[in-house]
Amino acid sequence: MLVSVDQDRCCSSGQCVLTAPTVFDQSDEDGYVQLLQARPGPALAAEVRLAAALCPGRAITVSEAVGDPGADTGADTGSGSVGEPA
Amino acid sequence: MSTSTDPGAATPQATTPTPAPDSALLLPAEADGCPFDPPSAYRQAADRSPVTRTRLWDGSSCWLVTGYQEVRTVLADQRFSADGLRPGFPFLSPGRRQLATNTPGFIRMDDPEHARLRRMLTTEFLVKRVEALRPALQRIVDDTLDRMLAAGGPVDLVTEFALPIPSLAICLLLGVPYEDHEFFQQQSRILLDTRSPGPAVSDAQRSLLSYLGDLATAKRRAPTDDILSRLAVRDDLATEEAASMALLLLIAGHETTANMTALSTLALLRNPAQAARLRAAGPAEAKAAVEELLRYLTIVQAGLPRVATEDLELGGTPIRAGDGLLCMLSTANRDESVFADGSELDLDRDARRHLAFGFGVHQCLGQPLARAELQIALHTLFTRLPQLRLAVDEEQLSYRTTMVVHGVDALPVSW
Repeated sequence: MLVSVDQDRCCSSGQCVLTAPTVFDQSDEDGYVQLLQARPGPALAAEVRLAAALCPGRAITVSEAVGDPGADTGADTGSGSVGEPA
Repeated sequence: MSTSTDPGAATPQATTPTPAPDSALLLPAEADGCPFDPPSAYRQAADRSPVTRTRLWDGSSCWLVTGYQEVRTVLADQRFSADGLRPGFPFLSPGRRQLATNTPGFIRMDDPEHARLRRMLTTEFLVKRVEALRPALQRIVDDTLDRMLAAGGPVDLVTEFALPIPSLAICLLLGVPYEDHEFFQQQSRILLDTRSPGPAVSDAQRSLLSYLGDLATAKRRAPTDDILSRLAVRDDLATEEAASMALLLLIAGHETTANMTALSTLALLRNPAQAARLRAAGPAEAKAAVEELLRYLTIVQAGLPRVATEDLELGGTPIRAGDGLLCMLSTANRDESVFADGSELDLDRDARRHLAFGFGVHQCLGQPLARAELQIALHTLFTRLPQLRLAVDEEQLSYRTTMVVHGVDALPVSW
């Protein structure tokens, strides 16, 4: 699993920190999201996906890297992080 | 597989003419039935379709968005504007219209102006900052409860516990003297009541802005360690803007948590098995319990207003530029496709997907604080007072049915 964040979209709600505190933090200076680890292990996958789904600014992108031992291919939990139904 | 956060859900398209209202529902709807449930008119609309056409009090029409995914879509997409000055913006009452057009706070602005102002506040409510506040919040809760116990029962839990706790907390953080709480609580009630006539709302808003403006001016001269001082000394913010931001924080900071605390208490008194779970809860379970209470009660019952800035499609329904929409968080949080048996309070549920704080760039800025206050207040109340009970028949209770923030008017309890 590969995680990236877009600070321009961050609205500092803190949802990510509450959901996956070992993966996300907030900057003391400006409150923007900070990534603590870009490749969290499989044990964290569910929480990271939930954090992406809960992010109100949609600032978190999660992708399953090919060959990643933590890859959970095709088993997205329907978290809404894949975008909304049209 | 990409799980990117593409916002493109509402797709540009609209060739069909906007339909006439398909229901006789008039907004805001009368509350009825169970005080914890959204008004039945909203639930019936949700049963028909996640997006329905409806009529507002002033005869205008707007879309009632009741489905979970649809509410998320609208709130996350800034083509649905929060700017109350745009034509077609739906207001719940003459007073609400007055409020948003006099001196709009940043909740009634779009980016980039909204982001400019909001970002001046984001470091104030960092999760770690609120975590560091927990001992101070626990002290506020303990002291408030001690005073309530000393007064002896029965007491009104709203005035003796639910309202003082978040008021004391936001006064401390903002730098507003708590001695003035009767003034700002009274004015705040006028602002949030959909029955308040426009001029009354204008007067209340003016008196609060003038009060906070005076405070900001004093703090600019002699700053103290609080949010209002940090706003007041900024060169890129006028005193009026600082007062307007402080007004948002002051009202949002006490009304919401106060009503959540009292209504949660009542919900738990009516569900002794759930109350027992909260009593037995460790810190993690207490957090989960509060998420479920936030979902189940969703006290912002009135619907978050937006107006479409272009022709779009929402869940298959064409929306025209200039159409107003009201996003009903309360029905979204009961959406059975997301929350099975959503009309049941179940503290063991994983309710973290709830929308009680809204969604999108306007999502509640103070939510870490609200969560911490609720976790501490409710857990402390139910563990210290295991015999807590209603001091009147439940039928005697009345509810804030005309307020933008739902709640119980008074909650007489003994222990």
